[in-house]
Amino acid sequence: MSATLLPAIKNRPHDRFIGMLRGVMSRPSGAIGLSLVVLHLALAIFSPLIVPYDYREISAALMLNGPSFEHWFGTDHLGRDIFTRTLLGGREAILVTGIATPIAVVWGGFIGIFFGLVGGRIDEFMMRIVDAFLSLPWILKMLVLIVTFGTGIGVLVPTLAFFYGIPVIRIARAATHDVVARDFVSAAKARGHGRITIIRRELLPNVLDTLMVEGAMRWSWMLLAFSSLSFLGFGVSPPTPDWGLMIADARGFMSFAPGGVLAPVIFLSSLIIGINLTADSLAKTLGIDRIQQAPA
Amino acid sequence: MSVDSKPLIEIRDLSIGFTNRAQQLLPILRNIDLTVHAGETVGLVGESGSGKSTLALAMMGYLGNPLKVLAGSTSFRDQSTFDLSARELEQIRGGELALIPQNAGQALTPTLRIGRQISEALELHSKVDEASRPARVIELLTQVRLPDPAALVRRYPHELSGGQQQRVAVAMALAGEPDALLLDEPTTGLDVTTQAHVLELLRDLARETGTAMVYVSHDLGAIARVCDRVVVMYAGEIVLDGSVRQVLLKPVHPYARALLASIPKLRDASLPAALDGRPPAPGDAGIGCAFVKRCAMAEDRCATERPMLQATKAGERVRCHFHEKVAQLAAPGPGQAVERSTLAQAPDVLALDDIAISYTSPGILDQILGRQASDTPTVDDISIVIRKGETLGLVGESGSGKSTILKAIAGLIPTCNGSITFNGDELLKASVDQRGKDQLRSIQLIFQNPDDSLNPRQTVAEILAQPLRLYFGLSGQELHDRSVEILERVRLGGHYLERLPSQLSGGEKQRVAVARAFIAEPELVLCDEVTSALDVSVQAAVLELLNRLQRELGTTYVFVSHDLAVVRALADRVALLYQGRLCEIGPAAQVYGLPSHPYTEVLLGAVLEPDPDTAPVLSADDVVELSPIARGCPFQRRCPRRVGDVCDTETPPWQQAIGKHAIRCHIPLDELQQMQTGLA
Repeated sequence: MSATLLPAIKNRPHDRFIGMLRGVMSRPSGAIGLSLVVLHLALAIFSPLIVPYDYREISAALMLNGPSFEHWFGTDHLGRDIFTRTLLGGREAILVTGIATPIAVVWGGFIGIFFGLVGGRIDEFMMRIVDAFLSLPWILKMLVLIVTFGTGIGVLVPTLAFFYGIPVIRIARAATHDVVARDFVSAAKARGHGRITIIRRELLPNVLDTLMVEGAMRWSWMLLAFSSLSFLGFGVSPPTPDWGLMIADARGFMSFAPGGVLAPVIFLSSLIIGINLTADSLAKTLGIDRIQQAPA
Repeated sequence: MSVDSKPLIEIRDLSIGFTNRAQQLLPILRNIDLTVHAGETVGLVGESGSGKSTLALAMMGYLGNPLKVLAGSTSFRDQSTFDLSARELEQIRGGELALIPQNAGQALTPTLRIGRQISEALELHSKVDEASRPARVIELLTQVRLPDPAALVRRYPHELSGGQQQRVAVAMALAGEPDALLLDEPTTGLDVTTQAHVLELLRDLARETGTAMVYVSHDLGAIARVCDRVVVMYAGEIVLDGSVRQVLLKPVHPYARALLASIPKLRDASLPAALDGRPPAPGDAGIGCAFVKRCAMAEDRCATERPMLQATKAGERVRCHFHEKVAQLAAPGPGQAVERSTLAQAPDVLALDDIAISYTSPGILDQILGRQASDTPTVDDISIVIRKGETLGLVGESGSGKSTILKAIAGLIPTCNGSITFNGDELLKASVDQRGKDQLRSIQLIFQNPDDSLNPRQTVAEILAQPLRLYFGLSGQELHDRSVEILERVRLGGHYLERLPSQLSGGEKQRVAVARAFIAEPELVLCDEVTSALDVSVQAAVLELLNRLQRELGTTYVFVSHDLAVVRALADRVALLYQGRLCEIGPAAQVYGLPSHPYTEVLLGAVLEPDPDTAPVLSADDVVELSPIARGCPFQRRCPRRVGDVCDTETPPWQQAIGKHAIRCHIPLDELQQMQTGLA
């Protein structure tokens, strides 16, 4: 259709968001993924209101029972209801990673865009530092910090946000390099705009798509990392229920009471699969978005 | 030319289209009837989006996703191409029917040597046995006039110039001894001189081998040179089909007339007539004539009744109700003459004094040891003075450093020698950060490709707001009013404010880019190939706009282009660049006349006019320029008038001709003029 004959299409960020959501939901993978994520978020918020038992309620009589009508997933080695604990077990993980992911994307994204714009030797030097950080195993870096500063949200959020922001630097810088070479950036430079204006008005809107997809991917990685830390005993302290911790506690009895491992594993993986499917669909939507904008 | 009774390619009532997301069926090609006989050379012309490439590919039985055949058929040698199996198509494609793509540099495999690539084509599409293949490869390379074929087979594609790569692509296409060649804009990306050489080759090959050619191009000059017959397409329809003389000299369709009038001519220092509006989008053509909205001769009948493709007495086929009336019209006259103000008293706006620019900066080791970068600079020894209200045309082939000079004036790259003075006394610092806000505002840049120079994520309002906020600190209503005012000035209007660049046509985008430059109220506007990404009809409109703005506002232009005809339409003075060095500078009338620098002579000779009676004069080889740039005269390696060793060793002196016209050559000007008039 010829654009001149159409009324000007609204280009507000709100409309773009709605359009993007519609795009994600229009694919089967996106619809399944987003439903899973929304379900988990809803559970994280409302689970204290719907759980059938108190997660701390210990009962020697009910130790390591199999599934029954009263206890759908059975009970753990202290006789606590696994269903209750699984429903509640994602709250801490989602809260911590939910705060840490946006921080990681914002700081990593900003640094990446900035050095992508500046370029030259400073950029090269910075990237070698990034390489150095990425070459160390993540769990080692995190354990060092956690052992030094202790556990708890106050330490976990900045630790995760810091380490998961570093790969974002790389992605943001690569995406920026593609944009910086284009003439509208040269035009802004020739007009005499400052760096911050160029980043905010010219670069960010073009890099944002990549950053959003990257953010979604980082979130799922971070959830896995958080659960791993809990599994190792550096995340959530007992008796607060947490998937990683529950798996660690129940793995000794896995052969005769599999419910204790299976339930948190299913919940954790369904959330991660949900996030990955959503990210995948989001990437396709944004990519195809661009193709559709190309002149016919 | 003898024409067989059996056509080679026959297309009957072909319609091709696609289904959009709203489940509407949109046609790309509508009711195409076309036959190509053996040995015929047919040009397919039209603006971008007219369906010419789709038609050419359909002849090969190729449809890109999501296209499908809606009606009709194409056949090659009586075989219906869309009914053939993939295996049968493989036999035909490349063998009997070969395609030469637009960008040969990308069509050749970068990791295979030239000889290997051509023998692969032989293996697939000819019966030449393995033992005699190397000899045949050499033969093919000789046939496409490539120098030293024996050495060339060992080379990789990147070691060849653009023109040589295109010749290799032609050689590969010829490997299967095809009956027909499909050429999709084969010379569009090439320099004028190279283009002229490749076209001469194609013309000769058509004669020698008797191969039929279907030549797709938007360039009527190229078509005029190569084709016997021209088919003009508009909005997916054939609107005119006739011999090259009929179509280019006496077109009987209003669209072909308007298209011809919009081409800038080398011999005519005036603005070509613009063709307003744009072609309908697929599915938007309406029930009447597709051209009705842009046609100067349209009547009521045209909007309601679709004209059929009908034969004229002279033997053309034309799709117009009033073609007889069109045939009565006189040939289009010269375009609108450009008023030139008297520039003699005007003050200087910009003075470049002995500018040199180098892209290579000294390495770390050199810096530590305090050594200078040793190589010759990319651009050197440039001294130009530009007066207020004047247009300086800066002309050269790709790699001549013309855009580099513009970037240096804009402060985007540093100069390594010389000075740039603005408005008589202000020295322009090398980089943007060191310039004052007023200096920045006074010099604005317009880029070649508006797709690249407009941020795809910003609306027109946001694009225009940036300079207004930065230079004038405007906001709110005032900002809005100024944006609407400038949009009206570039003939767009305030309803464009909320659009994104993707919702605009190519011409509209470039108008927005022009508006963004002029909203800063600049004194000097640097135009970097601003029309070369646009269709000719749109190009004429943008040239008209730039000229009008200059008359209204007294702006000074530096207009960079590779196209001598476009520069002729707009420039007061012209400077020619070769390898980053000036060759000739002077008032347009003198530069386009004699005497000329040998390089100017070569360039002017290679320009193609949309007139079958003119032939380009090819006086220099299209060899690759070597790096580093030659000492002495930079043009020595290609110069047709080389006098001897003096050209290799000594930088030629500036010689003054009449009326501030200067030429840099060792040959005395009167001798040069004698040589050149003798040739003409």
